[in-house]
Amino acid sequence: MAQMYHLLASIAQSVGVLYFMGMFLAVVAYALWPRNRETFDRAASIPLKDE
Amino acid sequence: MAAAQHFSMRGNETIGAGLCAAFGVLFLIIAGLTDHSGYAFHMVVMALACGLGFYAIVNWAARGETRHEPLEINGRPNYNDGPVRFATIAAMFWGIAGFTVGLVIALQLAFPALNFDLPWTNFGRLRPLHTSAVIFAFGGNVLLGTSFYVVQRTCHARLAGVLSPWFVVLGYNLFIVVAGTGYLLGITQGKEYAEPEWYADLFLTVVWVVYLLVFLATIWRRKEPHIYVANWFYLGFIVTIAVLHLGNNATIPVSLTSPKSYILWSGIQDAMFQWWYGHNAVGFFLTAGFLAIMYYFIPKRAERPVYSYRLSIIHFWALIFLYIWAGPHHLHYTALPDWAQTLGMTFSIMLWMPSWGGMINGLMTLSGAWDKLRTDPVLRMMVVSVAFYGMSTFEGPLMSIKAVNSLSHYTDWTIGHVHSGALGWVGYVSFGAIYCLVPWLWKRERLYSNRLVEWHFWISTIGIVFYISAMWVSGIMQGLMWRAYTSLGFLEYSFVETVAAMHPYYVIRAFGGGLFLLGALLMAYNLWMTVRAVAPRAEAAPTNLQHVPAE
Repeated sequence: MAQMYHLLASIAQSVGVLYFMGMFLAVVAYALWPRNRETFDRAASIPLKDE
Repeated sequence: MAAAQHFSMRGNETIGAGLCAAFGVLFLIIAGLTDHSGYAFHMVVMALACGLGFYAIVNWAARGETRHEPLEINGRPNYNDGPVRFATIAAMFWGIAGFTVGLVIALQLAFPALNFDLPWTNFGRLRPLHTSAVIFAFGGNVLLGTSFYVVQRTCHARLAGVLSPWFVVLGYNLFIVVAGTGYLLGITQGKEYAEPEWYADLFLTVVWVVYLLVFLATIWRRKEPHIYVANWFYLGFIVTIAVLHLGNNATIPVSLTSPKSYILWSGIQDAMFQWWYGHNAVGFFLTAGFLAIMYYFIPKRAERPVYSYRLSIIHFWALIFLYIWAGPHHLHYTALPDWAQTLGMTFSIMLWMPSWGGMINGLMTLSGAWDKLRTDPVLRMMVVSVAFYGMSTFEGPLMSIKAVNSLSHYTDWTIGHVHSGALGWVGYVSFGAIYCLVPWLWKRERLYSNRLVEWHFWISTIGIVFYISAMWVSGIMQGLMWRAYTSLGFLEYSFVETVAAMHPYYVIRAFGGGLFLLGALLMAYNLWMTVRAVAPRAEAAPTNLQHVPAE
């Protein structure tokens, strides 16, 4: 049980942290990627386009 | 008899009618076998619902080919708004019911004689009735209705399914009836916000999966290539609630003829599951779902694009990644391991960032249209709701800090915090959305009276201020009295002394809640007159200026 705990804890403290940071950076990169600017600028007005 | 000649049931209709018939019979058999009267009552209610469902499906099939609704008319999507209308009416009904029960239990705390010494009306049974009625019945119907409305408009596609959307809204409301009457009859799992017993939980699971499928299938047939951010928030809400519901209700019933069940998890694991569930009911039901409303209705009403669409993407992913870890802050200074408590606290504090990012995004969407706050009380309601969102998401992380929590936990401060979020944020953004929806859904030019909306806004706002400030004072006082020691090291106050000291604040709280209910009654009247198409009241300007272009 204790071994299992240490295994899980070490995974959380290494891979887990890197995974979360990686996900966050990926999201920020996707949001700020210059080529996506036009899509997002258009998407900001989607609620105004219906009917 | 032209319709009868064309009578032919399609596959899904046959399956639907068959399931209704089979389950109706099963529920009747269980009702006959059980010796628990409350459970028998529920089985009869559910059997009746099956009977009505069977009748409705067969009747529907008898309409023959006329029941085919085109997906598009003249190249424009033929939106399906029937289920949205139903959910909107249900939301208003449950809202008033839930606020009323809230007022009753607030008065019971101030004047215990109002328990009437009856089991059905005592505080312990009415309190979950209040929380479930406002969160799941009022809030849930608002989310069902707006999500079905928004996903169609932002995808430019008709809602997927024919019977399924109706099954979702009607089935969900049947679940509410079973859950609520269960509390009054004493049927409960005793887990906060997860009180309904196993059979109600199983039924809700089926409804929820169909909800997810209808939502996904509508997105699947979208004409708009980009999936708008509000739909991401709705999806996050639907998927996470499904996972939470399954995890926290992993129970084994005693038998088919008993409403009682036992959870698989034991001890502290069960407590952790419960608050992982409980906090994410706040995070995904009361936050993500209503943020979806914010991201559609505020731009729409203000006639301005979202302030920063990029921020909305970061807002969404950061919020869902952080929220799911915050639950352990409900178990500070318990048997939960210290590291897990600290983890919950840390993630709660980090949540500050996406919460305020979202608040800024919502508020700044008004840039270039701030003047509308003066003239449009509906928009003002939604903007004030976002301000309350900012306030309660500032307060929440503060209260999750262990040192603060040691004072605030188990006191009325928590109740005040919850209500600044529930009345201010969830309530106001829902009211705003419903005020927008009713004229749109019933094709009315505008609301019956904007002045009544003004009255609603001010009466409720004063009510909220009374409510939360009374709870701050009484909560902090209560916490300080509990930890006060004499010079000899004895507790300075007995428990009943702290209860007596809170009496005036309980009266003030009930007064504030009463004002909030009064505002909702004005709203219901206004909406009723709008739907009845009574000519809008002639009111002095500024009334309906939403068509004035923003500078």
